[in-house]
Amino acid sequence: MSASLDKGVRVLKEVIDAPIASYFSSCVHCGLCAEACLFYTETGDPKYTPIHKLEPMRRLYEQEYTLIGRLKKVLGLSKPVTDAELGEWQELVYNSCTLCGRCSLVCPVGNDIVYMVRKFREGMAVSGHAPEGIVEATRRTVSTGSPMGVTMHAVKAQMKHVEEETGISIPLDVEGVEYMVLLSSMEIINFPEYLSAIARIMKHAGKTWTLCSTGFEATNSGIQIGVSDLAKTIVSRIVEGAERLKVKTVISPECGHAYTALRWEGPNLIGRPFTFKVQHIVEVLDELRTQGLLKTEGFETDRLTFHDPCQLARRGGVIQPQRNLINMVAKNFVEMPDAGKMNWCCGGGGGVTAIERAEALRIEAFKKKKSQLEAVKPDRLVTACAVCRTTLEEGLEYYQMNIPVVGLTEIIAEHLPEQGA
Amino acid sequence: MNELQFLTWVRGTGLNVAVGVFLLGVFWRLIEIYGLGRKKDLSAPRHVAGASGWHTIFRRSIPAQGMLKKSPVGYIGGFAFHIGLAIVVLLFAPHIKLIQSLTGLSWPGLPSQFIDLVAVVTLAAMVVVLADRINKPVKRFLSTFEDWFTWAVTFLPLLTGWLSVRHLLLPYPTMLALHILSVEILLIVLPFTKLFHAFTVFGSRWYNGAVNGHKGVAV
Repeated sequence: MSASLDKGVRVLKEVIDAPIASYFSSCVHCGLCAEACLFYTETGDPKYTPIHKLEPMRRLYEQEYTLIGRLKKVLGLSKPVTDAELGEWQELVYNSCTLCGRCSLVCPVGNDIVYMVRKFREGMAVSGHAPEGIVEATRRTVSTGSPMGVTMHAVKAQMKHVEEETGISIPLDVEGVEYMVLLSSMEIINFPEYLSAIARIMKHAGKTWTLCSTGFEATNSGIQIGVSDLAKTIVSRIVEGAERLKVKTVISPECGHAYTALRWEGPNLIGRPFTFKVQHIVEVLDELRTQGLLKTEGFETDRLTFHDPCQLARRGGVIQPQRNLINMVAKNFVEMPDAGKMNWCCGGGGGVTAIERAEALRIEAFKKKKSQLEAVKPDRLVTACAVCRTTLEEGLEYYQMNIPVVGLTEIIAEHLPEQGA
Repeated sequence: MNELQFLTWVRGTGLNVAVGVFLLGVFWRLIEIYGLGRKKDLSAPRHVAGASGWHTIFRRSIPAQGMLKKSPVGYIGGFAFHIGLAIVVLLFAPHIKLIQSLTGLSWPGLPSQFIDLVAVVTLAAMVVVLADRINKPVKRFLSTFEDWFTWAVTFLPLLTGWLSVRHLLLPYPTMLALHILSVEILLIVLPFTKLFHAFTVFGSRWYNGAVNGHKGVAV
């Protein structure tokens, strides 16, 4: 056994807990999880059946934690997990899984399959079987502060740009404000309209807020790749920043997995509860709406639909707020089939967009989104995750569908009453 | 050993051994699985956790949105065979008598003609789900020796029970002895195969419901 495999096996043994043992013991090989996975439904290849993606981990569980498995191991009747096998499984554990969690909602025996894939990735990463692309993104986040290599200089340039455009000054490192706003690299590079929208909305609502120079990046590829100590390093920057600035709430940007990383995994990564609240921007906006602090005027009249980011809706529990917000500004909002909790993934989450070799498969899997969109024929597609947005734009471009994709926050900002009103 | 000695053995020693292995096996497996424990979730819950785990235990018996259409045979066949099995095992008068003799507990049974009909439907449903396992690429791909084996050890008690009640194929005492033997094999195999989902299904659904309920998602 190679040293890295040995480490991987050790990590896997550590992450196997009672839920995983219960899940493996419950699986009856009914195969229904395949029907919930877009990588199976769009390719028809049984190897993409979610529970099959965990086969090496299942065997390890059996060999290490069950009486019969240990007996078989002693008698030489079991097949040990090998480096070659884990290498082969990379495609199944990373390329063809976006951690969307749809499988976990359909399993009749109740297995939370995505919970297991997330844990399996811990062992895969330590044994050196994580894909190059996400490894690089994580390395860049640890060394430069962002997966795309965006530094504070780039953020400052964008702040300046937004200040010029809106005439609103962007607060940086201000202590004792209500909100600390995070960004995702994707927003800094591709979607500068997000920061501009935040500035205008906060001014309109009369809320105090700040960016933090030591913790501006919300994305955390550490959780996508499955390395908890790196994920912890990345999330700690935000925690330290928020505690130093004594903010009440940290706002996770329009990014799905950043929300999961901070809101649900964050306290577990650092080993203690947060002293501040974490909300996705969509939750904040809906809260401002119910407090009467967010008012809009005018309506979009074209046909809009909403793509629920998996980590926000199914994995994050934010389902109604985005609908309340769209209905504030849209006259013609339609839901795609399976919208909400059961929505289909764009195919790019869980780090998949960072894996070059997964591109062809991702485009294939996009046919699911395509068919959902064809069912409602929207003029524009609204979403609340920068990775979804990029993946959707690429997919739509590939299939030559002319549907512009917009972020929810910016569409709300466009309908703020005129300044001074 | 003649047929009566065989019947006596399966009713005595055989049954004791099987029930003993079953009880110890279930006990051992439950400890082996749930003894692993889990870490406390330190993130702030969206709602007070409440009974989301318990809700999922019930909710998961209903197909998720859109799933019935995807696998009607799996769902309908699965329902028919699980419910049928429960009726035949728990509501057939001779079975209730046996349970009463072992535990003192008893309850009213159903007419034997009705049980006969349920047994036939259950047998048919099991054949259908087996055919589905052979036909469906995903199911066939996932299937290992254990899947075929556990199907057989579940099917045989049902088949031999029905044959013995109907006095078909073999003399009654022999068929009855085979029926009891097949149940004993099932009892011995259950804790150590996927059949153990009969127990862990509740734990698995509970964990899934609790973990996702913490985030405010009813699964």
